[in-house]
Amino acid sequence: MIAGATRSVRPDRRHWGFAAFVVHRVSGIVLALFLPAHFLTLGLVLEGAGSLDGFLAFAELPLVKASEWALVSLLTIHLVFGLRVLTLEFLPWRGARKHWIGWGAGLALAAGAVFLFGVA
Amino acid sequence: METRLFALQRLSAMLLAPLVLVHLALILYAVRGGLTAEEILGRTQGSVGWALFYGLFVLAAAVHAPIGVRNVLREWSAWRGTSLDGAMLLLAALLMATGLRAVWAVVT
Repeated sequence: MIAGATRSVRPDRRHWGFAAFVVHRVSGIVLALFLPAHFLTLGLVLEGAGSLDGFLAFAELPLVKASEWALVSLLTIHLVFGLRVLTLEFLPWRGARKHWIGWGAGLALAAGAVFLFGVA
Repeated sequence: METRLFALQRLSAMLLAPLVLVHLALILYAVRGGLTAEEILGRTQGSVGWALFYGLFVLAAAVHAPIGVRNVLREWSAWRGTSLDGAMLLLAALLMATGLRAVWAVVT
């Protein structure tokens, strides 16, 4: 009985909600690490618009574009999974809203695709 | 303190959600055909609206991100206590300073 009760409060790592929890956290960490670099890059304008254009030319490299695609996708998924957390915590309980996880992944893929079409 | 941090994290998230949505839409619109400094500054320079929008964005992110990173580090690493809290305060200050400097750079 006690063993069963203990099992029931363990996180179920096979649950889609656990995957969403991990993706939300990892995307948040990546975005937090990226932010200072993003801000410092925009601050290059203080040295003249040419400095920012120099960086933007560097940003045309495929590897940088791939990183930007990843950041756009991660920002989208962090937004949707974050909205799911707020909904679960603050709105009346209507289940774990697992379909939001699929929607979040789909929207992140869509935003990433629109980004790639835009820069192609 | 944990209750206050939880509240700040959620309040900043509620504020950030619509700001991120607009920022994402702007990114997807602006990157079409490539970015130039002239194009970016043409949109932002002298704009009180964008200054307020991104000023608020920076402040909310500077509150939201360090609390989130602190939660993750406390749960996924052995780092906790005053050294972690101090490091997260420094992260908040770094984000606020570099972020507001970036807003100043593109709107003035």
